[in-house]
Amino acid sequence: MSTYSLSDGLASSAPRTSRAPLLATWIRESGVGVLASIAWIAFGLSCLWWEDVGDWSRTHSLGIAAFIIAAVALFGTVGADYLGSAGQALRKRAPWLVALGVFLTLWEVATAKFAWLPLPFFPPPQAIIEVYTDDLPKLLDSVFASIKLQLGGYLIGATIGFLTGVSIGWSRAVGYWVHPVLRFIGPLPATAWLPIAFFTFPSSWSASTFLIALATGFPVTVLTWSGVASVSNAYYDVARTLGAKPSFLVLKVAIPAALPHVFVGLFMGLGSSFAVLVVAEMIGVKAGLGWYLQWAQGWAAYANMYAALIVMSLLCSGAITLLFAIRDRLLVWQKGTVKW
Amino acid sequence: MVAAAALAEIATPPAAGAALDIEQVSHAFDIDGAELPVLSDVSISVEPGEFVALLGPSGCGKSTLLRLVAGLDKPKAGRLREDEERIRSPHPSRVVVFQDPTLFPWRSVWDNVALGLEAQGILKSQRHRVDDALDLVGLSSFRNAYPHQLSGGMAQRVALARALVNDPKILILDEPLGKLDSLTRITMQAELVSLWQRKGFTTLLVTHDAEEALVLANRVIVFSDRPARVKADIRVDRPYPRHRGDPYLADLRRQILGLLGLDATW
Repeated sequence: MSTYSLSDGLASSAPRTSRAPLLATWIRESGVGVLASIAWIAFGLSCLWWEDVGDWSRTHSLGIAAFIIAAVALFGTVGADYLGSAGQALRKRAPWLVALGVFLTLWEVATAKFAWLPLPFFPPPQAIIEVYTDDLPKLLDSVFASIKLQLGGYLIGATIGFLTGVSIGWSRAVGYWVHPVLRFIGPLPATAWLPIAFFTFPSSWSASTFLIALATGFPVTVLTWSGVASVSNAYYDVARTLGAKPSFLVLKVAIPAALPHVFVGLFMGLGSSFAVLVVAEMIGVKAGLGWYLQWAQGWAAYANMYAALIVMSLLCSGAITLLFAIRDRLLVWQKGTVKW
Repeated sequence: MVAAAALAEIATPPAAGAALDIEQVSHAFDIDGAELPVLSDVSISVEPGEFVALLGPSGCGKSTLLRLVAGLDKPKAGRLREDEERIRSPHPSRVVVFQDPTLFPWRSVWDNVALGLEAQGILKSQRHRVDDALDLVGLSSFRNAYPHQLSGGMAQRVALARALVNDPKILILDEPLGKLDSLTRITMQAELVSLWQRKGFTTLLVTHDAEEALVLANRVIVFSDRPARVKADIRVDRPYPRHRGDPYLADLRRQILGLLGLDATW
């Protein structure tokens, strides 16, 4: 009985605590939004107040855009209660909006307005916007070339790595022959093959595909192999007593049990294949974001370099997010809570 | 519902148990080149439909004997036969329930129970058997759950359903209740007996608990220390359901504990 009365008391006191002064609540919920809006207004003003030290065409538009973002931040957070989940999401990100606005203001002032940072090397925000608007076709071509090369190499490498890993983990004979080769070749950075690959392969594109596949394949092979090798014998015993044939043991026991390891390998392979992609594009392939970076550096077009770096970062991060989404879907059984 | 249940009973008549002959079986492990004998000249003849408990000190080789019966390992000497047929490899007519449920964590409860039928390639036409097996252990409402969401007792029930769905002729139980709490254990002991009575399969149960052996089995075989030898073969002629306080069983229990060298404690 006493526990009941205790919990009753706690429950009834809960609404009392939430009846805090209205002003405090408003500041906690919308204050950050107001701050964000101020930060972005500051950024807009910093664009328009002073004259640019250089010749950039998007300064005015950028200032206007900053005011629009400031307005969205203000009404979005203050009126979040009427905007459903979008409003709540905006409120949650409001502190980041503040930080971003402050950062952009400082950046604008330090580069375009007073040139505290040496100029061609540190372009202002409007210079990067200019790249996105004026050099879009070339940038998009580069993006597609990079995605094509990366995707082809990665899929080939991941498939071969997965099949090799399962074979080594499953068959002693395959392990005997493949394991030494793997130990000899695997740890070599794929980029070390670059000079050889570029003159043995018919095209720089096929050479790069090979290198990306190599960089992906090694970690996928090793992790798949260790995943298959570490499957508990108890699972095989259970399946065998229930009448499982060897093919069932591989496809329905070994592979699903090894899948968490496989995804670690796929993640590691993705990281090392990005490195190979950029190097290959910088050295041999005449397309792609790596090539774009190299080209921009040759022309001392530093704004183009930053613009390409930002795109590259978004692409790599997007690829990893996609991989994780696939993993979460396939390994839903592994989590504490089931969701789909 | 009642009619449907009755129909299901008629559609799947109780699988009759198989006879099991263990003839002069000896087995040894190779450990770092040295041979460690675990079973020494074991001969047991089990009638169809019998419930036999194998009792012995821990590590004496009872579980090894079960692996031989299941066909997971081959004996160094001697022969094992199921209904006069030599046991050479695992077969779904002899299904094992291990001490750990060893459910496949990546499969839902339903898919775990379906494992045997799927492995034998008959799942498509026999899906109802999976539902029936889940009904039998009372876990129909957990069909979509994943193993990590189950309690220990529920997981072991799923393991039992996964075995029973194959209509085994011999059910091999390797301390299946060993890790459960005592309340769940008592409930599941009663369930095991009623399943065995309904289905009529031959049952081999390894346990280190004399009381469990006496409540469940109609024959208790006591093993010596390693290498395991048959020390005593005791018939338990009492009707089911058995009462734990039955003086006849208490007397047998004292005898068995004496055989295991524990008479000083009683």
